[in-house]
Amino acid sequence: MQNLDAILQEALAQFKRTEDAATLEQVKSHYLGKSGVLTGLLKGLGKLPAKQRPAEGQRINQAKETLEAALEDRRNALKARKLEAQLAQDALDVTLPGRGLGVGGLHPVTRTLERIETLFKSMGFMIAEGPEIETDYYNFTALNQPENHPARSMHDTFYLDDGKHLLRTHTSPIQIRYMEKHKPPLKIIAPGRVYRVDLDATHSPMFHQIEGLWVDEQVSFSDLKGVVSEFLLRFFEREDLKVRFRPSFFPFTEPSAEVDMSFGEGWLEVGGCGMVHPNVFKYVNIDSEKYQGFAFGLGPDRLAMLRYGVKDLRLFFENDLRFLRQFN
Amino acid sequence: MKFSENWLRTFVNPPLASAELAELLTMSGVEVEALEPAAPAFDKVVVGQVMSVKKHADADRLNLCEVNVGAGPALSIVCGAPNVKAGMKAPCALEGARLPGLTIKKTRVRGAESSGMLCSARELGLPGESSGLLALPEDAPIGTDIRQYLELDDKIFTLKLTPNRADCLSVAGVAREAAAITATSLKIEHVTPSPVEINDCLQVKVDEPEACPRYCGRVVRGVNPAAATPSWMVRRLERSGVRSLSVIVDITNYVMLELGQPLHAFDLANIKGDITVRYARKGEELLLLNDKKLPLMPGLLVIADDAKPLALAGIMGGRESAVSAQTRDMFLESAFFSPEAIAGKPRILGFATDSSQRFERGVDFAMTRDALERTTQLILQICGGKAGPVAEACHALPKRDPIQLRVARAQRVLGIKLGKEQVGSLLRRLQFSFAEDHEAFYVTPHSYRFDLAIEEDLIEELARIHGYEAIPATLPKAVQNMLPDSEIRRDVAALRGILVARDYQEIISYSFVDAQWEQDFSGNTDPVRLKNPLAGHLSVMRSSLAGSLIDCLRFNLSHKLPRIRLFEIGRCFAAANGNYAQPEKLGGLAYGDSLPEQWGVPARPVDFFDIKSDIEALFWPVSPRFVKAEHTALHHGKSSQIWLGDKSVGWLGELHPRWQQKYQLPHAPLLFEVELEALTARALPQTVEVSKFPLVRRDIAVIVDASLSVQAILEDLRTKKPPQVIEIALFDLYQGKGVDSGKKSLAFRLLLQDTQKTMTDAEVEAAIAQLVQILQQQYQAKLRT
Repeated sequence: MQNLDAILQEALAQFKRTEDAATLEQVKSHYLGKSGVLTGLLKGLGKLPAKQRPAEGQRINQAKETLEAALEDRRNALKARKLEAQLAQDALDVTLPGRGLGVGGLHPVTRTLERIETLFKSMGFMIAEGPEIETDYYNFTALNQPENHPARSMHDTFYLDDGKHLLRTHTSPIQIRYMEKHKPPLKIIAPGRVYRVDLDATHSPMFHQIEGLWVDEQVSFSDLKGVVSEFLLRFFEREDLKVRFRPSFFPFTEPSAEVDMSFGEGWLEVGGCGMVHPNVFKYVNIDSEKYQGFAFGLGPDRLAMLRYGVKDLRLFFENDLRFLRQFN
Repeated sequence: MKFSENWLRTFVNPPLASAELAELLTMSGVEVEALEPAAPAFDKVVVGQVMSVKKHADADRLNLCEVNVGAGPALSIVCGAPNVKAGMKAPCALEGARLPGLTIKKTRVRGAESSGMLCSARELGLPGESSGLLALPEDAPIGTDIRQYLELDDKIFTLKLTPNRADCLSVAGVAREAAAITATSLKIEHVTPSPVEINDCLQVKVDEPEACPRYCGRVVRGVNPAAATPSWMVRRLERSGVRSLSVIVDITNYVMLELGQPLHAFDLANIKGDITVRYARKGEELLLLNDKKLPLMPGLLVIADDAKPLALAGIMGGRESAVSAQTRDMFLESAFFSPEAIAGKPRILGFATDSSQRFERGVDFAMTRDALERTTQLILQICGGKAGPVAEACHALPKRDPIQLRVARAQRVLGIKLGKEQVGSLLRRLQFSFAEDHEAFYVTPHSYRFDLAIEEDLIEELARIHGYEAIPATLPKAVQNMLPDSEIRRDVAALRGILVARDYQEIISYSFVDAQWEQDFSGNTDPVRLKNPLAGHLSVMRSSLAGSLIDCLRFNLSHKLPRIRLFEIGRCFAAANGNYAQPEKLGGLAYGDSLPEQWGVPARPVDFFDIKSDIEALFWPVSPRFVKAEHTALHHGKSSQIWLGDKSVGWLGELHPRWQQKYQLPHAPLLFEVELEALTARALPQTVEVSKFPLVRRDIAVIVDASLSVQAILEDLRTKKPPQVIEIALFDLYQGKGVDSGKKSLAFRLLLQDTQKTMTDAEVEAAIAQLVQILQQQYQAKLRT
């Protein structure tokens, strides 16, 4: 039956030409429906001689299967095309900005303090804190600065109206408070706000300090140099950083040193340090024959200025959001 | 302390360039803050003598001068200086000379040839008058390079001394230090006492030997008060920043700078009787050299004659007994006042002097008499006169007991191997006298060092001279325990992280604020006040962060930012039983729209519930209670306290319109403040079994009085609910059409689940009925259907 092949070819071609699902179903019934062409052929089998019937029946059935498979393919293809069209229609301008809340930011000094804390914690330092309104005893006397000590004039102190209290001029009182409560070995850093009567591009009446203290039996000046240098190298992440220590004077340390650093041109003071003065140990009942240790005080604001290239310290406390957001 | 390098090098002259010497001093603890040339660079300027002066034919103010400059013929120079006259000597810049900002060329001035320039001090970049030529002394050698003649290649050292190093408040003292650190020899001549030629003498009586352990004085008569201070002395004084005043004052200043001993000269004619060193008496007064009349309080040490106080000992002389341009006879004083007697006084008086600065820190008490002799020597040399015998009163001088210095201790403190030999050699370089045994030295500090009292002080001396740079930087070897990490305390950094993620910018503002802010935003009329504030608007310690946040808002609004969200963490202050409470607080502010202006989201102003959700996030998983309460800063209807347990730990709300108006804010910001302590505590999680059975959701809606607190209803339901109800939450609130006025419709979401079995419909309905019953009975709720 030549005819079957021709029908098959034509049906397949017609499927291919059909562009929508509804027409495809019409085409389908034309060939495969109850009164479709192939159905008609099958019905006509009975007119054939019995000998030909099985072979012819098989041929028609094969053609029907081919047709059904082609139909399924075409259906899927049309479905997929429709989905594609739908997706294309739904397409977004993915370059539009995202929606919702913005993100805020940390103050650069906080960011710096957090970094400093992380670095020192990694070396086993604990964080200690203390009050900002202090007594003369903790701010000066117990730090080996009795009344009328010339070193007191190094700090221009804010006093409270009550005549008894003051705003701490440094974070060193935390050393005393901590050593009163804890016995060596001790290893702390103490960050916080401090106050001095001073205001210009490099001085603010309120600024930050971070105090460090390590007391044990063998902690030496050489170790002090090591710890502070290591910190500065890690903090600035620069190989060309140079650190130097030069003799200085603080009533609560002996020997004392000023810490300077340099990126090649000139030296900048970043803090003071020294070995805890035996008189300070006396005030907190620590045996200075058995224990020794070092203390240091660094200026986080100054470190932040150097790290981020900020020229004026006052910017940190002016809270201009156009400045602060540069650190987010 | 400021001085000429040339002067220093007369005492010690190490083979080092200026900058190298400065570096060494800095690295030994005597910080050189500045090293500057005494004069700017210039060349070809010599001492010239004006031979003749003739008026310029075409210019009234110009003169034609013939100037002898030594080598070669005299130069014709046109000069406009008003003080030019024949015979005077002045600096003359030769042809080709390069002056600061000017090169000298042969030129014609209004037709007259001029080959050079006569110079003023200003033209050479020197301090002094600019209106006329710099007149040089008559004996200035003609033709000599002016740089050489005026020592202009000298450099000026400025030291920034720490308070312990008073011994370096003199050129000789710095020289001593330089000699030790460079291991060079020190050339300080011993002063030969001047011959005593008259017998005049004042009796010196020291009533307060502790405050004045040593006092030397002498009469000098017949000095010439009109004598000129020699130019070398004027130069050294100037380079130390001291202006030349009159010859006697110059000499006493000079000796103070040279040796570190403050001196005073009294006009003998104004002293009645003898000298007494005593404390001031009540009611006494003194007209000081600075022309201020000072009422003297007991406790101030004075130098008095038989009638009254003449000078504030060690601080400042009196006007009446001061030497003047007529003084021929004087009484010279060189004394040692103890640091304890002077310390603190400048602060009380409100002024300090070169003298008080030195006595307060400690003056060499072995130098008292030598300094007097040195002063006498210079006066006799420069002004003539005759000296009387030295009257000296000496009592118990400060003790200088030997200090034990153990080599092992030094090694342990410094962390370096320092041999005994090495320690001995370092001590010798510092010129210490000491004894020693096999393991320690016994070092006697010098009379000029007031900062050496204990072993550590000497260890620092060793380290300084050995060099801090020579001590290696090592990391300590120590037992490294793990740090404790409490899980029931939340890190403040985590709280900051929450706020940053919720679009807040952190600020840091001053802890001292305007008293008005305290009153307006906290109703605080009695804040903690500063005695010496930097300014009136920074005079009280804040009890709340609100004022600072609003101030920061105002500042940033002025930059046209439409939406601002801020937070700060800082201590706040309040007086409490004679002490101060200083809790850390976290404060926040939100202003403008709830979200940044953006596409696809309708804009609406930030409101109370936005902020409340930020606070809930901060406390999560703890649920604080919100209690309607009034607050001075806030809108009465839109403010709430935040309660945790039985304690109010903060507040939130919208700024009161009164303050919005007063502080000129276009919209009212929302504010909150919470005690940090309340936010850092958290519980360790405790788990319960997760049910395997189906979850059932039921919603109920009820109508209640609008005044009822949703929080109260929720808390009540949660307390009384059957255990299978695992969540009760409000998901809708409605007022308006369909709901009577004065009422509100609340819709609750209920989640039910049993841990043991699937709940039957009947069980679910029973549980819901129980809740509905509570609502109906306790709150007169009507169930909506």
